Amino acid sequence: MDFSYSDEQRMLKDMVDRVVADQYSFEQREKIIKSDTGYSPEVWSQFAELGLLAVPFSEAAGGFNGGGAELMVVAEGFGRGLVVEPYLSTVVLAGTFLDAALGDDAKADALEPIISGEQKYALACYEPNGRYDPFWIETTAKKDGDSYVLSGKKAVVLGGDSADRLLVIARSSGDNPGKNGLSAFLVDGNADGVSRDGYTTFDGHRAAEIVLDNVKVGADALVGEEGGAAAPLQYALDRGIIALCAEAAGAMEVACDLTLDYIKERKQFGVPIGSFQALQHRMVDMRISLEKVRSLALWAACSLDAPDAERRQRLAAAKAMVSKAGRHVAEEAIQLFGGMGMMDESSISHYAKRIVLIDHYLGDGNYHTDRLIDLLVEENAAA
Amino acid sequence: MDIQYNEAELAFRDEVRAFVAEKLPKEISDKVKSSEHVSPEDMITWQRALYEKGWLAINWPEKHGGPGWSPIQKHIFEEETAEAGAPRILPFGLNMVAPVIIKFGTQEQKDYYLPRILKSEDWWAQGYSEPGAGSDLASLKCRAERDGDHYIVNGQKTWTTLGQHANMIFVLVRTDTTVKKQEGISFLLVDMENTPGVTVRPLITLDGAHEVNEVFFDNVKVPVENLVGEENKGWTCAKYLLTFERTGIAGVGISKAALEHLKQIARNEQAEGKPLIEHPRVAERLVELELELMAVEMTNLRVVSAAEAGGVPGAESSFLKVMGTEVRQKISDLYRELAGPYALPFPDLDVGEDAFGPEFSASASSTYFNLRKLSIFGGSNEIQKNIISKAILGL
Ligand SMILES: Cc1cc2nc3c(=O)[nH]c(=O)nc-3n(C[C@H](O)[C@H](O)[C@H](O)COP(=O)(O)OP(=O)(O)OC[C@H]3O[C@@H](n4cnc5c(N)ncnc54)[C@H](O)[C@@H]3O)c2cc1C
Repeated sequence: MDFSYSDEQRMLKDMVDRVVADQYSFEQREKIIKSDTGYSPEVWSQFAELGLLAVPFSEAAGGFNGGGAELMVVAEGFGRGLVVEPYLSTVVLAGTFLDAALGDDAKADALEPIISGEQKYALACYEPNGRYDPFWIETTAKKDGDSYVLSGKKAVVLGGDSADRLLVIARSSGDNPGKNGLSAFLVDGNADGVSRDGYTTFDGHRAAEIVLDNVKVGADALVGEEGGAAAPLQYALDRGIIALCAEAAGAMEVACDLTLDYIKERKQFGVPIGSFQALQHRMVDMRISLEKVRSLALWAACSLDAPDAERRQRLAAAKAMVSKAGRHVAEEAIQLFGGMGMMDESSISHYAKRIVLIDHYLGDGNYHTDRLIDLLVEENAAA
Repeated sequence: MDIQYNEAELAFRDEVRAFVAEKLPKEISDKVKSSEHVSPEDMITWQRALYEKGWLAINWPEKHGGPGWSPIQKHIFEEETAEAGAPRILPFGLNMVAPVIIKFGTQEQKDYYLPRILKSEDWWAQGYSEPGAGSDLASLKCRAERDGDHYIVNGQKTWTTLGQHANMIFVLVRTDTTVKKQEGISFLLVDMENTPGVTVRPLITLDGAHEVNEVFFDNVKVPVENLVGEENKGWTCAKYLLTFERTGIAGVGISKAALEHLKQIARNEQAEGKPLIEHPRVAERLVELELELMAVEMTNLRVVSAAEAGGVPGAESSFLKVMGTEVRQKISDLYRELAGPYALPFPDLDVGEDAFGPEFSASASSTYFNLRKLSIFGGSNEIQKNIISKAILGL
């Protein structure tokens, strides 16, 4: 057992920390969020130059062959800086899906535009009626000669507003909800019949509601096997969860640090408010919540190759813990800052928003608790 | 012991219900119930309707225009109006500065300000907090120096709720710097509109709303007639006002309406093929909140009926503040949770709604984050617990 970073992981961490420190002051971030695109093309090409856009991909795909730990290192750094670039949507979700779904030659071609930073992708999976269930797919893919016709609605598609290409999950057969009969298609973001309604999210990212109205695509748009999208989808979502949990850990770390600094400096009744024991224990409880998330995020990150039941358990546990412990840290941080914690101009409020809203991506605490209950039921049936 | 309302109380409740049914415009109550933005005009519309009925100034003595209600009647009124989705009564004039003027003001001040407050002619703001004086209010620095018939005010107030609409502000100012901090404070009324040197700057909160402000005073000349009570005795006024700030602090009616809103959402919204209320975890949360709220409701009634019997709610109101605000915050947390992925779109405040996902989801995250304020203002919950531990537990 060895919990220390390898030399390469340490270099990766230093590199991420450096870009974030250089490019991501509070003011720079505000500017980026308010810009038309909602991300910075300069920062994005810097990510590309540094190789960050290749971290989780296999060598065959032209990637770094990074595992969960490398993804965690990157995402934690992004969490500390509240980075809003579409890394999760492009690299972690759409990118790793392509990596998992395609053969060696095809994946190198497919991932080149992502790794080089030329194009941004978005995974158009979740639907308005499906809430957090990725296998709730009402969107249909109907075969029409050599082509497919896609129709349906996609909800809160991360990065969907500006993505050059959409990786659309559609049902080519099988009953909804279910994993059978799901297929994936790469669709041009501006293809005929695609309409996108983009918006800023509460935590400063971008997303879109997407309607596919008889979108006609060629057979070459199909990614991997027809009906075989469920496995690469799970592969991508697992990595997405690792990234989100690590990001939460990074953001929570900064939220705890900022709060600690604040209660040491802020004086009321002639003394720093951090000298009140009532607040000292609250601060300690925040740190305990942070340690819980760090531990489970790490455990999940190191379990991507574990046997199925273990992997599922650790991913669900980490995300469920982020829901609970993250909210705790966010609420307490605001409370200990008093009125200042409520201010848009205080960075703490932006950390609090990101930490709380991470719960609303890729399944919330309830959803993942239900997954843990599934495992319990399976275990019970096997016993 | 009888925990039911008696016949007279029930009759009063019916009277309130009938009035609300007739006079509260549906477009206003709809906004309140779905946590949408309520405009200043909406608030004033409702206040005028209450004024015409003689039910606006429920905490005032009858001779100044109060309805002469018992504590239980006031409680019934607050519950019924909140549950029906009435906008909140702006407290700054009616429930803050007015009681202070009634208790400590001159006859001229009463004659001039009280009718204007009743008719919603003035919009008052509360100028207590400063950047350096929040929980430790008595350390305030905003300075007022006597110069002939005027005070010259210099300094800053902050977190001033809805100060952008206000034309009047009551401020705590320091008039003596040489004595103990509580003893050099005075209570001044400032005309924000017609006095040069007052500047209001918006503060945007984390939900993107403009609800609070900074107010700067730069050599502002305030006539001495605007002093309430004696010079350097302002702390007495300030503390007296706080006892009124705590009326209705439990917010039981508002919480009930908010919980009812959630139940409706849970019944109407489908997720994964069935209504949210059929998801066991949602049902469990609803029930949990219900029992918490029942505890607040009955505690509130116990305090109210003690007041009816002549006891004065003192430190007990600190229990109500903590319990009431915690449950309201938890309700808003479930609201955000119910919105699911649609908690994410940032509502376009200019449009007043967002077009993404089910309609109810538009205000979910903003309500959750906005209501963090409940445990911070009105004496933070930590300060309330300090009061309880000292005044009730003797620690
Ligand atoms: C939305 C909003 C609207 C407001 N509207 C108004 C208004 O209209 N007019 C007005 O005058 N003010 C208003 N306020 C200000 C409000 O009254 C103050 O925010 C409040 O008094 C807390 O002060 P503070 O923000 O300076 O926090 P601080 O006093 O700095 O407190 C920071 C933290 O330390 C804790 N703390 C402080 N002292 C102690 C202690 N002795 N023991 C344990 N914990 C302690 C607090 O509970 C809090 O958690 C508003 C505030 C908000 C957020």
